[in-house]
Amino acid sequence: MSQFAVELERVTKRFEDFDAVREISLQIPQGEFFSLLGPSGCGKTTTLRMIAGFEQPSSGEIRLVGEPVQHLPPNRRNVNMVFQNYALFPHLSVFDNVAFSLQVRRRPVAEIKERVAAALSMTRLPGLERRKPNQLSGGQQQRVALARALVNRPAVLLLDEPLGALDQKLRKEMQLELKSLQREVGITFVYVTHDQEEALTMSDRIAVMHKGLVLQVDEPRRIYERPTTRFVADFIGTTNFLQGVLRSIHGELATVEVEGVGNLLAGSSPELAKGQAVTLAIRPERMSLKAQPAPANRLSGRVHEVIFIGDDTLYYVRTENGVQVMVREQNQAPLADDPGYQAGQTVTVEWSPMSTNVLVD
Amino acid sequence: MSRRGFPLLSLYYLGLLLLLYFPIGVLVLFSVNDGTTLAFPLRGLTVHWYQDMLGNRVLLNAVRNSALVALFSSLCATTLGSAAAIGVLRFDIRGKLAFVALALMPLLVPFLILGVALLILFAAFDIPRSLLTVAIGHTVVSLPYTLLIVMARLVGFPSNLEEAAEDLGASYAYTLRRVILPLIAPGMLAAWLVAFTVSFDEFVLTSFLIGRDPTLPVFIVGQLRFANRFPQVVALAIVVMLVSLTLVVIAEWVQRAGSAASLSRRASPAGAAAPVGLAAVQTGT
Repeated sequence: MSQFAVELERVTKRFEDFDAVREISLQIPQGEFFSLLGPSGCGKTTTLRMIAGFEQPSSGEIRLVGEPVQHLPPNRRNVNMVFQNYALFPHLSVFDNVAFSLQVRRRPVAEIKERVAAALSMTRLPGLERRKPNQLSGGQQQRVALARALVNRPAVLLLDEPLGALDQKLRKEMQLELKSLQREVGITFVYVTHDQEEALTMSDRIAVMHKGLVLQVDEPRRIYERPTTRFVADFIGTTNFLQGVLRSIHGELATVEVEGVGNLLAGSSPELAKGQAVTLAIRPERMSLKAQPAPANRLSGRVHEVIFIGDDTLYYVRTENGVQVMVREQNQAPLADDPGYQAGQTVTVEWSPMSTNVLVD
Repeated sequence: MSRRGFPLLSLYYLGLLLLLYFPIGVLVLFSVNDGTTLAFPLRGLTVHWYQDMLGNRVLLNAVRNSALVALFSSLCATTLGSAAAIGVLRFDIRGKLAFVALALMPLLVPFLILGVALLILFAAFDIPRSLLTVAIGHTVVSLPYTLLIVMARLVGFPSNLEEAAEDLGASYAYTLRRVILPLIAPGMLAAWLVAFTVSFDEFVLTSFLIGRDPTLPVFIVGQLRFANRFPQVVALAIVVMLVSLTLVVIAEWVQRAGSAASLSRRASPAGAAAPVGLAAVQTGT
């Protein structure tokens, strides 16, 4: 048995006038919570539908638990899917919806009853067996869809933006619940979403997709802290970009000259070369404001805009020649004790070289 | 209607009702009038036209023929219409818009022309005219109704229900039996009832395709030559109208109840089918 639940090897999906997925290769180990993250139209749903069998790849190979499956129709693949609109059967009760895949396989009635009950209690839905889908709330429908897809114990569960239709608060709850459910059942989850926060919260690993390509596959923390492309840095969270030229490299550190700011230090990587035009990416919360200059990466300017967002405050700082960065500072004390920085105030922005990513476009 | 400022509107509405129901009222009146001529003054109340009608074997035979033709053609039209609706809405078929347009043509082509065309077709294949040729003709003209009604029902459901069933391991046959047919069943029943009424009182097409054995409308037109039998025909017309009306009302009710049960939060597909039902009421008697 393969250690990988899902493997994609140079998979391409060509539609009439465009390539939805271009030569992507992925290996998803068994038991992993894996997310495909990207804006709409990036090819993530097409990829999921190819794994399910609803779309045929134009070229490349798809393996489930080591077995090539391109030639198998969806009803003969050991995967189940939770659809974006849930796709519950409106004329069947909750029980019959969940029992569907067992009834298809003609399991004994006693076994069906037992497994449906187990699936419903796992998704915390007992007592609703006789209801019809339209008598359930959005969150309950979501759980029925989950129970229906899990009851047959598939090798892989595919989820296509399953939380998209829920309100913000319920979505947060379901994120945690899905995560712990996944750990409990140990089934490999492949989760499609355009919501970066959702992907960061739940996933063991994330593949960021853009225009049919996989740009980066990594753990959430590394995706966030060490984006390798400008698209990933920009799509995940908020990032300041500073354009500059790489002047020198000494071991772990590279010096980049940014016009109007001066020389800044950044973490280096082997593929960088002197004289190269690069982009520096720094997260706003890694920067801080100081009234006095300090010996680190820094730039000075005036506070242009102050935006209070509850737990944090965002400061837009502009240098004299128009370079602008956003700094995110935590609100530490009540307003009276710490009014923070005011618009118009001259400040120094500083940050650590290790929080500075060098990107080459 | 009682809202001030619109007296003209209420007048218009009353006029419309009168136009629609006054002729039928007159018919009801004469069906219980004790006299062979349809003229005022009325001669007193009687039910013997209804009794005569029930004793008339030729007439009852015509009723039986019409019922058989309607039953056969409505079953064929519903089966074909449902299959076509599923094919058009759920499968990627080339030229399906053209197919729908063609299938709806009988709604637009005058029955006179359709009748001549079918007559020539049957003659060309040496098929003798009979109740069967009538039933085939009725299937053709009922198909647009059944196709539209079942389509209206089917578009109300998300198209990935079939994918969900397939994903859960079901074959297409199983999906059809457990998911699609139960969902469109109310639409199919409504379509069948409408097709039945369309066929039951169809005259123009029938007059071209009929053999020796008459259907009810053909029989009634034949009776118009005999003045003394006319009140019987009037009584029969009342009965047919009541049956037609009942069927159409049931059809509408089934459509609505079906969609309310399974789709309470969606826009009712019955709304889309309603004009079809109304059209059927207008063809009725």
